[in-house]
Amino acid sequence: MQFSYSLLFFLFLFCGGSVYGNTIEICESCPVRSIKEGISQASGYDTLLIKKGTYKEFNIVVDKPLTILGKGYPVVDGEDQGEIITIISDNVTVDGLFIINVGTSYTKDYAAIRVIKSKNFKIQNVVLEKLFFGIYLEKATDGIVYHNKIIGDAVEEFNSGNGIQLWYCKNIKVERNHVQRVRDGIYLEFSDEVIIKNNVSIDNVRYGLHFMFSNNDAYEGNTFENNGAGVAVMFSKNIRMSDNVFRKNWGTASFGLLLKEINDAEISGNIFEENTIGISIEGSNRIKYEKNSFTNNGWALKVRGACYGNSFVGNNFLYNSFDVSYNSKLNDNVFTGNYWSDYTGYDLDKNGVGDVPYRPVKLFSYIVNRTPETIILLRSLFMDIIDFSEKVSPVFTPDNLMDGAPLMKKVQ
Amino acid sequence: MIKILKYSFYDLMRSRWSYVYFIFYLLLGFVLLFLNNEISKAVITLMNVIIVLVPLIGTIFGVMYFYNSREFTELLLAQPIKRTSIFLGQFLGVASSLTLSLVLGLGIPFMMYGLFRSNAIWDFSLLLVTGAFLTFIFTALAFNIALSNENKIKGFGYAVLLWLFLAVIYDGFFLMSLILLEEYPLDTFSLVASMLNPIDLSRTLILLKLDISALLGYTGAVFKKFFGTDYGLSISIVILFLWTILPILSLKFKASKKDF
Repeated sequence: MQFSYSLLFFLFLFCGGSVYGNTIEICESCPVRSIKEGISQASGYDTLLIKKGTYKEFNIVVDKPLTILGKGYPVVDGEDQGEIITIISDNVTVDGLFIINVGTSYTKDYAAIRVIKSKNFKIQNVVLEKLFFGIYLEKATDGIVYHNKIIGDAVEEFNSGNGIQLWYCKNIKVERNHVQRVRDGIYLEFSDEVIIKNNVSIDNVRYGLHFMFSNNDAYEGNTFENNGAGVAVMFSKNIRMSDNVFRKNWGTASFGLLLKEINDAEISGNIFEENTIGISIEGSNRIKYEKNSFTNNGWALKVRGACYGNSFVGNNFLYNSFDVSYNSKLNDNVFTGNYWSDYTGYDLDKNGVGDVPYRPVKLFSYIVNRTPETIILLRSLFMDIIDFSEKVSPVFTPDNLMDGAPLMKKVQ
Repeated sequence: MIKILKYSFYDLMRSRWSYVYFIFYLLLGFVLLFLNNEISKAVITLMNVIIVLVPLIGTIFGVMYFYNSREFTELLLAQPIKRTSIFLGQFLGVASSLTLSLVLGLGIPFMMYGLFRSNAIWDFSLLLVTGAFLTFIFTALAFNIALSNENKIKGFGYAVLLWLFLAVIYDGFFLMSLILLEEYPLDTFSLVASMLNPIDLSRTLILLKLDISALLGYTGAVFKKFFGTDYGLSISIVILFLWTILPILSLKFKASKKDF
């Protein structure tokens, strides 16, 4: 027993020694003056300490398990030539660099930092400006992208890239990043078990967050504001979305959140504020919506069809122009125990639940679906009268679509 | 004219109806705030009320005042005073006393509930400005009707009909025509049609503030330009001005032609 412990101890010492390798300093007056040179001289598990200065380099290939550490934010200037850092080794850490001028190309997706088929990488405290693609993870696993700042200058979709892109990745954490003015703030394709947490994604040309064919992922505590089309989550299973903020996504094809072909997801505690459409739902089944707040949206929920078995419980619907819009007479979704600011019923037994059901779909929203110009008659007395008559005896709206237990007070 | 305005104004200030009107708004404001507890929500409810009630009260009150003060008007006409100044003075007296009741009646409760500390203050002031415009427009229209009809019953009938038409029926026709013509591009048509009705116009003006996110959901360059920029707000206000001036001009014209 004693023996095996001491063996373990020596083994640990040995391994530890190899993890904490040598440090190679890189600066203008040092023996090593460029990052490429540093990488070629380093052996595995060394640290490259890059001092303050400007390094005009691109196509830097990291093929050893290194820690690349910037001190005082050294500038790595790609001079629009192409890709800047490509990581092809496992166990690489990139920390504290200021990377600018990634080359724009119409045939290749040049990125500021690209990780290819690597494990256990860590990219943190990096600032990216004037970029094409920012951090591009390609078939990478078990990594962390933490506290980076990506500020693009994208104007058009076709000649701009994404901030953080994950393609065929697994088990990655994307946390506390700030992404601004790129095409898609965060883009996931075929990536499973990814956690996206406390990021800020604003002013992007297309989507704040774009999800495709990615299962078992979670995103929580993020802020998505003023993006061209909001956030799109498509063709994915088992997604958990909680405590995010979706704000000010205005425009004809703009949503707080677009769900398309999403099954078995959980959407809770999110805030949707001042969007043209809070959530647009299409072909999504068995989703639980709980404790979300929809405030001052044009449409809080737009249900477009083929949505079955969804449940909306305990949400706040406050001052939206339309609470719910449906385009069919069929309803298989459950609304219960929500607070609706438009609810005019009473609560005689004082149990906090309204005594008459609330019908969230107005006839007017059907008319607007059919003839969009009629939106100009919003809030007119005539519309109120026909909405009222529809409420009394539903003809056009699904008659089982109602909240049987509307709350009298806001859900906290 | 100023003298007659002053006289009408003070006369109305002393009259019961101004107080009733004032107290009505005061109560409305307090009840709304009491029930809603939140200024921004009360502003939305208030908008529905103002759009419908202010024109109604303006119309009824205008017609009533005109018929009631008919003998006094005839007395004034016998004096060496210009006709237009008699009628304009009376009109301005009625309209401004109504506006005052509206502004004070709603302003006091909202101020007491902390309007200045809330961010709804712009929406609220827009609401009051729109209410004032509507009062002026509908009082002028009522004076026009009363001036052209000697018969009181007929005058009242026309006035109520006018209100009913502009507040409800117009929108019905508007909606029907939009649905019937839905194959055609309709955004210019719908904007023009809403400009032709002062109630719709004021509603649009308020929508610009309250429901902009829904309005921007419609695909159409004309709508987008109108609602997405300050263009819409300025055009609406200009046309609201036109709506105020035109009935006054017609009143002036009619008053100078009319044989008493």
